[in-house]
Amino acid sequence: MKPLAALVAAVLVLFVAAVALGPVGVPPLDTVRVLAGLAPSDPRWGVVIGTVRLPRALTAVLAGAALAVAGALVQTLFRNPLADPYVLGVSSGAGLGVALSLAAGGAAGGAVFADGLVGLGRLGAVGAAALGAAAVLALVLVLARWVRSMVTLLVVGVMVGAVTTAVVSLVLVWSDPRIAQQYVVWGLGSVDGTSRGDLVVLAAVVACGLVVSGLLVKPLNALLLGEAHARSVGVPVRRLRAGVVVAVALLAGGVTAFCGPIAFVGIAVPHLARLLVDTSDHRVLLPVTALTGAAVVLACAIAGHPPGAGTVVPLNVVTSLVGAPVVIAVLLRSRRFALT
Amino acid sequence: MNGLVLDGLAVGHRRGRRRPAAAVLAGVDARAGAGELTVLVGPNGTGKSTLLHTVAGLLPPLAGTVRVDGADVAELPPAERARRVAVVLTERVEPGLLAVEELVALGRHPHTGPTGALGAADRAAVAAAIEAAGAGHLAGRRVVELSDGERQRVLTARALAQEPAVLLLDEPTAFLDVSSRVTLLDVLRGLAREAGLCVLVSTHDLEPALRLADHAWLLDRTGRLRAGPPEQLVADGAVAEVFDAPGLAFDPAAGTFVLRGDGGGPPVAVVAPEPEKALVARLLAREGCAVAGELAQDVAATVTLTGPGRFAVSADGGGNGRAVELAGWSELAAWARRAGVAP
Repeated sequence: MKPLAALVAAVLVLFVAAVALGPVGVPPLDTVRVLAGLAPSDPRWGVVIGTVRLPRALTAVLAGAALAVAGALVQTLFRNPLADPYVLGVSSGAGLGVALSLAAGGAAGGAVFADGLVGLGRLGAVGAAALGAAAVLALVLVLARWVRSMVTLLVVGVMVGAVTTAVVSLVLVWSDPRIAQQYVVWGLGSVDGTSRGDLVVLAAVVACGLVVSGLLVKPLNALLLGEAHARSVGVPVRRLRAGVVVAVALLAGGVTAFCGPIAFVGIAVPHLARLLVDTSDHRVLLPVTALTGAAVVLACAIAGHPPGAGTVVPLNVVTSLVGAPVVIAVLLRSRRFALT
Repeated sequence: MNGLVLDGLAVGHRRGRRRPAAAVLAGVDARAGAGELTVLVGPNGTGKSTLLHTVAGLLPPLAGTVRVDGADVAELPPAERARRVAVVLTERVEPGLLAVEELVALGRHPHTGPTGALGAADRAAVAAAIEAAGAGHLAGRRVVELSDGERQRVLTARALAQEPAVLLLDEPTAFLDVSSRVTLLDVLRGLAREAGLCVLVSTHDLEPALRLADHAWLLDRTGRLRAGPPEQLVADGAVAEVFDAPGLAFDPAAGTFVLRGDGGGPPVAVVAPEPEKALVARLLAREGCAVAGELAQDVAATVTLTGPGRFAVSADGGGNGRAVELAGWSELAAWARRAGVAP
């Protein structure tokens, strides 16, 4: 359990750093004071932390843990190291919801443009993204009942995603260019701007998803033997598939609704976690994956709001530019890298 | 009765809701006893794998029943079935980072609680299974690092950890070298004998299978299953009937396949002690010569072993006449090739 303790410590340190660092630096002592509920030496820091930094850090933790666990689930289910939570069409479904809500808002009047994706417009986008993701996953779930093999389910998920993306393109082409621009911004992903209410909903959804994932640990381990062997030891494979789809819907769907599609975390973090603890046992792997995901997204959130600079680097730019090379380097240096 | 009983079983894949299922095999009646090693043999494409999947409860039977110690496998809940029947399939296992013990422990799935945590009894069962499958020396290693033969033992141990009454293996010897094949079959027979398991193995290794098995199921191309002790199936000519091919015949006495002499070549007599005599005869048969008895008349030539790896060939019957000295097996082969095609 050594790596687990080290990971918890790393997440805590990164959490404090994410709260302390940013365009306006807060002294570490004051950061800890605010987090502990005490009054800081300067009341402005209490506001900065309470309204911006703390929600951002909490969102990063939730998003990282949720996407990483969802990635580990689908990689084991499809026995494919390239599978990520979005192979089942979550992000394209959420994207369709967002595009439709933006277009509807644009058609209703110019108010949404003024607000962009903040305020009322944001709330609509979140709801629409959640609906879109849920609709696509429900479709995949229904199809999964009829599908015999995992590979077919994978292809079905990708195809449903393709259809949905095509519809999104149509919506964007037929509407105001400013809507397309807002859609692009949504697609860059962000852990900013979550309100207290948002956080409560997101935390609840992610918690449900993690609980469902925890219930799947035993059959997921058996699935390492292959589908037929798993059935031979008594795993109800169809129910397991449905369970994974539900967990992914909650985890990836919930996060995507609030943060937009965050690339890379779902695919890369499970591999990092496997290397870290050197096992394929999901009882160890899933907690480690969740913590690693939280640490990675916290680090990316810090890098996205560089201290002293006035600009913000979009989350997906950070994850892809910094994260992907790091993962490649780690995987290349590890000879132990193996699937699932 | 104890063990496995198939009663009027029809197997095949259902093709859909509307279309009728095509039965690969139908009306199969057979039994495999507890404490016995039963082999399932037959040419490719006769339905061995489909039959095993059905017996394992992974494929619903189209008709008839599979009973394990009296219980209908198709009616059992999955976990209950898994406690009675364990399988090792040809499906590729991608063990990732799993160590040998971890993989074998997955066999405890039907016995553990909702978290899959192992208790003391589970650990003991895992250790016993590894030992019984002859994989004790592999403990602590990663499954991906193992050879095919070692891996097959670990997969067998995984199935044993289920503590089943019936153990089914689908072509476990397919990727193994000759000695590993025989060793694995021997291990399986030991398991049947010592643990009282009913072990059913499908295999293409006819010769060791018929030598080591207590009971054999023989499938032919018409979908008929004949069962009995291996010797009975050989004596009845059933094995020869199913497996003989042009130029190849099952020799019941030796229990091996031999090239059928087509009688086209000249008859050659062999004078040598065993085992060289049999080896020379095999070489001559391969090159198209007919092998005549030592005292036969009308032989075209006589091959005599004169020393280790040295032969004398006389061109006619009685050993009179011109004798040719051959300095090794390859020269003998070259001579036989010329003689075999001579008019």
